Amino acid sequence: MSWTGKFLRIDLTKGTVGTEELNREWARQYLGQRGLATKYFAEEVDPKVDPLSPANKMIFTTGPLTGTAASTGGRYSVVTKGPLTGCIACSNSGGFFGNELKNAGWDMIIVEGKSPRPVYLSVENETVEIRDAAEFWGKTVWETENGLKARHQDPMLRVASIGAAGEKGALYACIVNDMHRAAGRSGVGAVMGSKNLKAIAVRGTRGVTVKDPDRFIKATIEQKKVLADNAVTGQGLPKYGTQVLMNVINEIGALPTRNFRDVQFEGAHKISAEAMHEPRVTDGKANLATNGACFGCTIACGRISRMDAGHFSIATRPQYKEPSGGVEYEAAWAVGADCGVDDLEACTFANFMCNEHGFDPISFGSTLAAAMEMYEMGVLTREHTGGIELKFGSAEALVKMAELTGKGEGFGVELGLGSRRLCAKYGHPELSMTVKSQEFPAYDPRGIQGMGLTYATSNRGACHLRSYTVASEVLGIPFKSDPLATEGKAALVKAFQDATAAFDASGICIFTTFAWSLENLAPQLDAACEGEWTPDVLLEVGERIWTLERQFNLAAGMTAADDTLPKRLLKDAAKTGPAKGLASGLDKMLPEYYQLRGWTPDGVPTADTLKRLHLA
Amino acid sequence: MAKVTLKLFALLGRHLPPGSVANATEVEIPDGSDIGALIARFALSEKDCHLVLLNGAFVPPDSRTSTRLSPGDTVSIWPPIGGG
Ligand code: SF4
Repeated sequence: MSWTGKFLRIDLTKGTVGTEELNREWARQYLGQRGLATKYFAEEVDPKVDPLSPANKMIFTTGPLTGTAASTGGRYSVVTKGPLTGCIACSNSGGFFGNELKNAGWDMIIVEGKSPRPVYLSVENETVEIRDAAEFWGKTVWETENGLKARHQDPMLRVASIGAAGEKGALYACIVNDMHRAAGRSGVGAVMGSKNLKAIAVRGTRGVTVKDPDRFIKATIEQKKVLADNAVTGQGLPKYGTQVLMNVINEIGALPTRNFRDVQFEGAHKISAEAMHEPRVTDGKANLATNGACFGCTIACGRISRMDAGHFSIATRPQYKEPSGGVEYEAAWAVGADCGVDDLEACTFANFMCNEHGFDPISFGSTLAAAMEMYEMGVLTREHTGGIELKFGSAEALVKMAELTGKGEGFGVELGLGSRRLCAKYGHPELSMTVKSQEFPAYDPRGIQGMGLTYATSNRGACHLRSYTVASEVLGIPFKSDPLATEGKAALVKAFQDATAAFDASGICIFTTFAWSLENLAPQLDAACEGEWTPDVLLEVGERIWTLERQFNLAAGMTAADDTLPKRLLKDAAKTGPAKGLASGLDKMLPEYYQLRGWTPDGVPTADTLKRLHLA
Repeated sequence: MAKVTLKLFALLGRHLPPGSVANATEVEIPDGSDIGALIARFALSEKDCHLVLLNGAFVPPDSRTSTRLSPGDTVSIWPPIGGG
């Protein structure tokens, strides 16, 4: 119960649809979503597989609380081997698609092989068909979603699809559902494109059954109250979204600026949450139209923005004048501060492009920032860029490059390679701000030391969502730690990583953790799911998931040498702010981290650790 | 008297004088004045002052009344916030 107990297996090469029973023993060990799908993936796929070959698989997976009355219980993830990173990829998305899939009666969909022609998968409860998508190939995410709703004559259809970025293999293409929610990182959209799978369209009306309905409803009501009473989840996130961080991270001197050359951005305020609320000089309206929520969410952190109709990027294009998904903090930083751009409208337009064409704004912005640095050095010229001046701070360059990257045209094709490959191609690998080929998010590890260890050890390449120590180091949740200290950070990172993996396996949004811990999650899971779910059990599940991901990556060819940061962060000290004079102290944290994990000094889980976690 | 900059962000922004730009205002304070006094002057409740930074560095709640301000200092304050 809470799991439907069934999943779909779609073989695109043969054009077959199969159904299978869920392995209950694995569900007990890995819970669901990120955990359970990774277990299936690791069992079925050779870690050395070429991510863009038919032999790679992709799993669209829900958690046990997806589709239930638990707050934020609408999440799904896509698990595959990432073409950007060569690591296990697990990209999590909200919106309504996950809930619909679960309500159609499926815990997950395993997609394998490659279709000989463009197709989409139609799931209407137990009626599942692989259908022709010729008319949608080449269309944007938005056109595809609307087109499928029209074809099925069902406005309630929920669609996850790719745009041109995924079709053409941009290595950080994402999968977008519900117009502007995305399984964003590591290039999962490129894997979908490589399989000629344009979209999955789902309608589910079967409902989700829980173990003890009375206890479950009581638990969810109690925990919703915790979210409502908490100042962060009850007031801060709904009003300001994640974007409230822009000024905070800038003030503490950890806002990576101009490809991490600086740690503070003079234009931060202009692209901040506060600025999104202020009336524009041009038309007197605010950029932020309203906030929005994913399925079942009582926080509602989403940003819906209305662009200035007179802005140069859309002045002649009325289709972008309606409100749509606005910038979250990570996107605003990547296309804003990291590129030195302080034009909020241009950042919003770039974000619209990411949603419309399906690519990750973090990786795109970081890659563009590296290209801008190479342009300013004279390594890249107008000849490379198609005549565009790729200077830091240029809103025109940002707008143009976002559109070209999304459409896979001109210099956008090169930007679609991601920062590591682009910088290597032009002879400057040191300018790529990546770990395991994935671009950094919006926190400079010199000003927030725990994030350096977080990035270096993340199983999917640089990522903030694998252990958000910013919560402790900056925001004081659950306790305040010193962002400039390295002591204690190994334990902090491990604790965040394990707890986060458990949340990611449950179907719940990680933003609940500003108010909830595993103590709040466990009673909801325990009332909903067969088995006994205590905080301790969940912590062990989290550690097991983390270690399984690590094993996959090691088998794929990663080593401890990949658990590092670019030289710029290890050697070049921050120039301003509280971290002035400080570089990342990764070397002081990493050995202790391996030790705490029960890994060898080379970062390999020991036999005892594997035995303890029932992985051997 | 000394001049310092006070920045109030997110929901605290409404306590700023009208016409403030970039969530900041310049404030004249008596010499030797502390952060606690500045907070009191703007009638900010302790509960709302969750994150207090002096020139970007965190000031713990119990140090606010003992942290003296110097001319040119910037004090930045947020209510409880989160993001990601
Ligand atoms: S907190 Fe934000 S991202 Fe998470 S489920 Fe709610 S609206 Fe979606």
